[in-house]
Amino acid sequence: MDTLTKKSVQQLDEVAIRFCGDSGDGMQLVGTQFTNASAIFGNDVSTLPDFPAEIRAPAGSLAGVSGFQINFSSRDIHTPGDRVNAMIAMNPAALRTNIKDVEVGGIVIVNDDAFSKSDLQKAGYESNPLEDGSLSKYRVYRVPITKLNNEALKDLNIGAKAAGRCKNFYALGLVAWLYSRPLEPTIKWIQDKFGKKPEIAEANIRALKAGYYYGETAELFPTSFRIPRAKLAPGRYRKLTGNEAVALGLVTAAELAGKPLFYASYPITPASDILHQLSMYKNFGVKTFQAEDEIAAMASTLGAAFGGAIAATGTSGPGLALKMEAIGLGVMTELPVVIVDVQRGGPSTGLPTKTEQADLLQAVCGRNGECPLCVLAARSPADCFDMAIWAVRIATKYMVPVILLTDGYIGNGAEPWVIPDPEKLPKIEIKHPTSADASSFLPYQRNEHLARPWALPGTPGLAHRIGGIEKEDGAGHISYDPLNHQKMVDLRAKKVAGIVKDIPPLEVNGDPQGDLLVLGWGGTYGALLSAASRARAEGHRVSSAHLQFLNPFPANTGDVLSRFKKVLIPELNGGQLRKLIRAEYLVDAIGLDKVQGKPFLISEVYEKIISLLK
Amino acid sequence: MHHDTSLPVLTAKDFTTDQDVRWCPGCGDYSILAQMKKVLPTLGIPKENFVFVSGIGCSSRFPYYVETYGFHGIHGRAPAIATGVKAARPDLSVWVATGDGDGLSIGGNHMIHTMRRNVDLKILLFNNRIYGLTKGQYSPTSELGKLTKSSPMGTVDNPIHPCSLAVGAECTFIARALDADVKHLEYVLQRAAAHKGTAFVEIYQNCNVFNDGAFDYAAVKDHRAEHVLYLEHGKPMIFGKNRDKGIRLNGLEPEVVTLGNGMTEDDLLFHDESASEPVLALMLSRMTHPQFPEPLGIFRAVKRPTFDELLDEQVKNATKRLGRGRLAAMYDDGETWEVS
Ligand code: SF4
Repeated sequence: MDTLTKKSVQQLDEVAIRFCGDSGDGMQLVGTQFTNASAIFGNDVSTLPDFPAEIRAPAGSLAGVSGFQINFSSRDIHTPGDRVNAMIAMNPAALRTNIKDVEVGGIVIVNDDAFSKSDLQKAGYESNPLEDGSLSKYRVYRVPITKLNNEALKDLNIGAKAAGRCKNFYALGLVAWLYSRPLEPTIKWIQDKFGKKPEIAEANIRALKAGYYYGETAELFPTSFRIPRAKLAPGRYRKLTGNEAVALGLVTAAELAGKPLFYASYPITPASDILHQLSMYKNFGVKTFQAEDEIAAMASTLGAAFGGAIAATGTSGPGLALKMEAIGLGVMTELPVVIVDVQRGGPSTGLPTKTEQADLLQAVCGRNGECPLCVLAARSPADCFDMAIWAVRIATKYMVPVILLTDGYIGNGAEPWVIPDPEKLPKIEIKHPTSADASSFLPYQRNEHLARPWALPGTPGLAHRIGGIEKEDGAGHISYDPLNHQKMVDLRAKKVAGIVKDIPPLEVNGDPQGDLLVLGWGGTYGALLSAASRARAEGHRVSSAHLQFLNPFPANTGDVLSRFKKVLIPELNGGQLRKLIRAEYLVDAIGLDKVQGKPFLISEVYEKIISLLK
Repeated sequence: MHHDTSLPVLTAKDFTTDQDVRWCPGCGDYSILAQMKKVLPTLGIPKENFVFVSGIGCSSRFPYYVETYGFHGIHGRAPAIATGVKAARPDLSVWVATGDGDGLSIGGNHMIHTMRRNVDLKILLFNNRIYGLTKGQYSPTSELGKLTKSSPMGTVDNPIHPCSLAVGAECTFIARALDADVKHLEYVLQRAAAHKGTAFVEIYQNCNVFNDGAFDYAAVKDHRAEHVLYLEHGKPMIFGKNRDKGIRLNGLEPEVVTLGNGMTEDDLLFHDESASEPVLALMLSRMTHPQFPEPLGIFRAVKRPTFDELLDEQVKNATKRLGRGRLAAMYDDGETWEVS
């Protein structure tokens, strides 16, 4: 047999693969590397990392399984893919927890060395699934990854443990061959990462190449696959997660405003990466503050805004609950602050590492008293960049706290991002009153946008006091006067409602009228857009629209809704936007609610659409 | 940046607001406000560079009564708000007015962490051992067994020593003063203002409505000398109307001794506010009436870099090392690719 015979190559449009293994197996790492290689190659990509809440659950246990899904395509894609076309399972626990997502006939590559009796037991298998016929629906490839990897590294003298740790790169190499991915980006990354430990770099590179050559030479795989480049809009790209995008957006906004950024946060999954990222940008004048708790993070953000900084904090659901009293103080003192909520499964501690969008009502209504503020939501990882800038723009123009909702799915998920030209981004104009205004200065006097002046400590003649007690209109003295309270409550509400004039209209994908509108918000954008497009392509009169501005809603929202016979609102919660839309527009919207810690599949939404058209 | 070399001469009047002061007549807060207004003009700081931050409670009305920038916050959060102000604006002189409930109960966590970070804030904790604004419930400094509205059978909560907490939290400046001793209060405020780092000042303050006379043992002039120990750096710890009593160390515990009969000043403890270890400060913070005279003055004043200074330095160092950040370079960090 000639093992060097060139194998056939099959072309595909779109592939979703999933790496899964123990949380110590480095699956997130190789998933990220595969994504980078695919993005640099020129595919559109969308990712879904999925990790356990436990840092290191017992090795081989079901609780310790970590996974990373990547959808890469020659077309424009918006989700990590409904079904997994190929899965790499490093142990039985990973196989067991992930196999149900693999399509019938899909590829399943397992590390054959990890299926000993005790491994199987830890995963709760009574018999070996590789031998009992239970995987007959799939194309299963048993590769002794541990053995082959150790064999490839045996003359390196780095010790068995260090060698064993390279097996994720062996698996990556194998999959890279299978899908014709370039190895160079990964090799370069390994060299940079392990620059100080050349023997480890060498071992990982060798494992990667060994995996690649194994695919090429072994008799196992009859074909490999090719996924041509996508026709993305021209430009320079990089891959960006939502959390990275928020960080870049906040720094950008501060630069556009010509002010330093202050970011205070208390570590919380899945928002901590924003803090990590921003703490690296000190040379932009960014000051990060890891506060003693969520409340202090919010309170210090208010203090920094009072001092004149672009001030922001980030958190997730339970943290947002803790911040609420201080956010109310921000509404009352009318200070420009941004609160980023990377939503996760709730209530209470809930599902810290899983996604959900159940904080919408908390963001819109979750404070004591009549306490309106502006609420925004990003719809994709890259959109987090734009929305973070929007948040700062609105906060500083209207002197109001802005909550930016993202979620674990878009926060950790990645997609290609067209790098903007910073020179072309519109500046954020901020005017502070000066001593020259002293004679007419009143701390609660309002401009045409109903914003009060942002007078900074240190300015002679403008000394004033702000606080949480109701203030007299204009003068800002403490006031318990009934009519003044009515007036101030009304003014604060009117100010927030007035933001509508800056908000772009709600865009409709598809015809502006029809039988069904699929309305969504936040991270469900990709699945909803794809499902509605599929139904439309089949001739149905279905359009979709996605809200990025949730308080206030875009001015044309009611008009858009009125042009459709039915409105479907799919949400990863119990129907929160549906409640707001019904209350605001008296539209009998229909819900599709899902709270499983996972994003929507396109098919779930599509099926609901079709069922409503019957 | 103020290059104003000729600062206008300020007086207490310059710090008087147009607000009616709404504390109960006879409240100890008036004395604190008066001494504060006396001290502020002497500090050589432009008036507009002062910021007063407070939480909730009677003491927290303070910012309304000084003509500076002010932020009346929410219950317990003043140190956190003030940390934000100071982090963003190290050029400002930031003061916190708080109370025993605000600062030690609902806001205890912020108090601890502000002190350990050594944020350059001056914290005035008005201790009246009661909740005044909510009309008379016991506070974390109320003595055990105290009868209040919320403890008709007496409290079962052991009180906290505020200055001990400050020692435990690594505070770099810890002091105690008394509303009734205005001269000494003024001195302590001066010292707090001069300190770089967190200055924690516990002020015994009489709430004449809900806890009248709580500090009479110290406040009433006739027996103050017997019940109070004025701390002086480098001096022996002597007290008493006739200055005939002192504090001596017996093993690891302090004891009151009478001078004479062979007992000399040299046998007494000498105060050292700058001792690098806070053992002495801790001991002083735990000496309570009636067993001991209660110390007033500076328990501890040591130097440590401040949080805001270090934060600023990191920005400066990073900028020096990497150059001023540019957005284009930030966007390009990592792998990029062209699509044409
Ligand atoms: S209640 Fe007590 S502390 Fe409050 S203002 Fe009246 S006397 Fe002062």
